[in-house]
Amino acid sequence: MTANEIYEKLKSEFGDEIISLTEDAANEAFIVVKPQRIVEICLVLRDDPNFKFDYMANLTGMDYPNNLTVVYHLYSIPLNHRIVLKVELNKENPSVESVEKVWKTANWHEREAYDMFGIIFENHPFLVRILTPYDWEGHPLRKDYKEPETYHGVKIAY
Amino acid sequence: MGLLNRLDDPIQGDGIILGTVEDLLNWGRSKSDWYLQFGLACCAIEFMALNAAHFDMMRFGAIPRTSPRQADFIIVSGTVTLKMADRIKTLYEQMSEPRYVMSMGSCANTGGPYWEHGYHVVKGVDRLIPVDVYVPGCPPRPEAFFEGLVKLQKMISTQAIFRKREKMSAEDLAALELRNKKIQEYNERAAQENIEFTNAKHVGYSRYSLDFLNKGEQS
Repeated sequence: MTANEIYEKLKSEFGDEIISLTEDAANEAFIVVKPQRIVEICLVLRDDPNFKFDYMANLTGMDYPNNLTVVYHLYSIPLNHRIVLKVELNKENPSVESVEKVWKTANWHEREAYDMFGIIFENHPFLVRILTPYDWEGHPLRKDYKEPETYHGVKIAY
Repeated sequence: MGLLNRLDDPIQGDGIILGTVEDLLNWGRSKSDWYLQFGLACCAIEFMALNAAHFDMMRFGAIPRTSPRQADFIIVSGTVTLKMADRIKTLYEQMSEPRYVMSMGSCANTGGPYWEHGYHVVKGVDRLIPVDVYVPGCPPRPEAFFEGLVKLQKMISTQAIFRKREKMSAEDLAALELRNKKIQEYNERAAQENIEFTNAKHVGYSRYSLDFLNKGEQS
């Protein structure tokens, strides 16, 4: 299926939950959706015989000027088509439902997005830092991140 | 095998070599320095090549040990992240003295490409443990590493075992005395205030050790 067909079919099923489709040559086509029913959307994308997105290639966060975004890269091995979902969250309370029960691989991806951007994934089985130490403060890939002066008594600056 | 040749010499050799016990011990020590089997990042790939047949690190008498308690020196081969820093300190503390540290590659020396934006990288492993030999490169060629290893062997073979203080340079002696004085002060303060100075544990014989004490004072 092309990105446009995927978008139209999702739009007919979820209506206002699906916000927009962006297709240009520079980027992979992506669909912006609302965060409230993300798990249902993902379940349809995985189980519908027209979609069959059985493989979540990547999940990551983005820090845009006005919002924090979660990006889902999906790929269908049997049907050989792909789509990108984006969920925009406000910066004050960046939380979205976990898709760990849809694709198991989302577990560590969501932990990484939490670690680097501070995005809270609700109902995640084990949402703790994955890359930085457990007692690290702040989320390093946020644009407003200030690196600490020392960690456990070791100076960090060059 | 110069020693054996001298023993076997048909004219001069009658089974006697004159020398000091210290020289003999150091000769043995420098030719059998065992290292901790420990790799960190991409330098560890080069480090594995060192161990394999082509470069054959064992010809220098260097044998990998899987326990720090059996190792003479540790090779910090790669990027030292802050998460790893505590573990490296622990490994170094578990090694028995005399112990040596080789810093392999730009990351372990100075932080390498992470020097500016590496919020998670220790900018040089000498901020954690005293380093004896630095090997530059990204990663170093095996030949470069072997030059570092030979330098370490030379360092070991000229090291004082007996009457250390008499053979120390004035600079090192002053540093050692200052270190002992500071440790004493720390211990007294710790006993009075019932606190533990964690950084005082990491003091070795190197003059760089003073940095750790100073850091301990700040924190």
